[in-house]
Amino acid sequence: MSVWAADDPRLQMHRRRKLINVVALILSLAAMAFGLFWLFWILIETAILGVGGLSVALFTEMTPPPNVPGGGLANAIYGSLVMVSLATLLGTPIGVLAGVYLGEYGRQGWLGEVTRFVNDILLSAPSIVIGLFIYAIVVAKMKSFSGMAGILALALIVIPVVVRTTENMLQLIPNQLREAAYALGAPKWKVIMLVTLKAARAGVVTGVLLAVARIAGETAPLLFTALSNQFWSMNLLEPMANLPVTIFKFALSPFENWQKMAWAGVFLITMGVLALNIIARVIFRKKD
Amino acid sequence: MEATLGGEQARERAQPDAPAPKRFRKDDRFGDTVFMVLTTGAALVTLALLVGIIVSLLFGAVPSIREFGLAFFYTAEWDPVKERFGGLVMIYGTLITSFIALLIAVPVSFGIALFLTELSPGWLRRPLGTAIELLAAVPSIVYGMWGLLVFEPIFSDYIQSPLQNTLGHVPVLGALFQGPPIGIGILCASIILAIMIIPFIASVMRDVFEVTPPLLKESAYALGATTWEVVWKVVLPYTKAGVVGGIMLGLGRALGETMAITFVIGNVNQLNSISLFDAANSITSALANEFAEANPGSLHEASLIQLGLILFLITFIVLAVSKVLLTKLEKREGGRT
Repeated sequence: MSVWAADDPRLQMHRRRKLINVVALILSLAAMAFGLFWLFWILIETAILGVGGLSVALFTEMTPPPNVPGGGLANAIYGSLVMVSLATLLGTPIGVLAGVYLGEYGRQGWLGEVTRFVNDILLSAPSIVIGLFIYAIVVAKMKSFSGMAGILALALIVIPVVVRTTENMLQLIPNQLREAAYALGAPKWKVIMLVTLKAARAGVVTGVLLAVARIAGETAPLLFTALSNQFWSMNLLEPMANLPVTIFKFALSPFENWQKMAWAGVFLITMGVLALNIIARVIFRKKD
Repeated sequence: MEATLGGEQARERAQPDAPAPKRFRKDDRFGDTVFMVLTTGAALVTLALLVGIIVSLLFGAVPSIREFGLAFFYTAEWDPVKERFGGLVMIYGTLITSFIALLIAVPVSFGIALFLTELSPGWLRRPLGTAIELLAAVPSIVYGMWGLLVFEPIFSDYIQSPLQNTLGHVPVLGALFQGPPIGIGILCASIILAIMIIPFIASVMRDVFEVTPPLLKESAYALGATTWEVVWKVVLPYTKAGVVGGIMLGLGRALGETMAITFVIGNVNQLNSISLFDAANSITSALANEFAEANPGSLHEASLIQLGLILFLITFIVLAVSKVLLTKLEKREGGRT
């Protein structure tokens, strides 16, 4: 009875199902390869074109005028470092505090729900709109593009990232830990500061690193806040050079030396961002 | 919640036997209040941010809204000299590129999620998942520059020309592939957008596929279902809401993407044909290119701000839908366990 005729409809059906399965699994494998293909292509191309532009001058000399040999990205690198660090310093405390609110105070209640909802939307909101917002409330009022405005715009991007990870990490802390601390008579703020937040430290640091990685490559919100500057500028109230906007300007220019420098800049940013991402993952993984 | 109650009770009980800590208690009360105010304040800052963005954009767009009214949405003219502005070209560009990007990204992301949850050997899951997530970490300016200087020449020679030679002659459909295959244009921008949003959609899909109860899957396997049938007829129906939520998240990202698009879309304000090879413009690239040059307080600036407002409202709605759908799945998951 188990021997079916070759044209038995049941056998045909079985064959068809198996065939569909194999085709689907091959397509799935192809999709995976497709995804990895772009990652490697972009990384390899960036490395090949970027390494050629690397030199000591890149880190010590100012951005050159078009078609003038020499020069570097020192002012842009410096500007980016200043803006990214100050934006992180500004955004992290607010983000951590709001994350603590969501994780420790507002698990239920309308304010918690609404904040969580809004924060998740801000997390994916177009960053160019953040730039417009800062333009409207800072640049238009001060009548000048400034490094300060760029820092504010980047800080606003840091906040939702840090809020999200802080809250997630606090939720992972077992309640017994809190209860044990309360049982010792500790007030809530001490429980949070010395017990839960401390236990969630690695996760919070991961969140901050991811936020830094995110803003390090952000270009859109800087276009009409920090703008760019061809010269070395330490004054936060003036337009400030930064890597992403400089790359944007150089990459779209027809000048060969500018393009070459843009590739070097892209290489620096990509490696920095990927390194931060990987470090963040390693720190978090160690904790598990 | 329980923790708070437990803590309160514990302290209450400790009170009578411990007179000395009274001084501390006062400090603690004070510390608690300060901490509560600080954290609540920080949460309110997040809310204020959203309100601030909408209000400031609305305020900045008033001159343009007053001048053009609803015509802004269906006028294609964009003339800073004559001060006539309509957002049709940019709105169309943003919507069409995001739509085509989804057409490409959704099936690929589904395949990746399927691979990561059902096919991949255990030891490969984590590194492969991380690699896909790293694709999301690459800054968009890198995609833009790579797209313009590396991808676009290859794209015009090896994808656009063959497409035009084959599909270009098909009636109706052929209209999508007309014009010189110069690379830059809607299709090129859409493909790069697709690559950028694949990691977002794929990781959400993977995460929601993983919440499917193993019991359901095992039952289906026990009935003799193939892997494909289990995913298509059991996992997918169970995680429907989450999958759509993930797609919406990708759409939200695509709509707001700026730098990658600005490099490759061509920034031309025209809408002469429906060809996907045409150079076009999007809301984000118009903002990136023109905003810093518009005179402060001019109608040009107000119109650009209005475009930004429209973009923000569209992405807000898309992301809100995404969030609601994902929460729905999460709640069901919470109720089950």
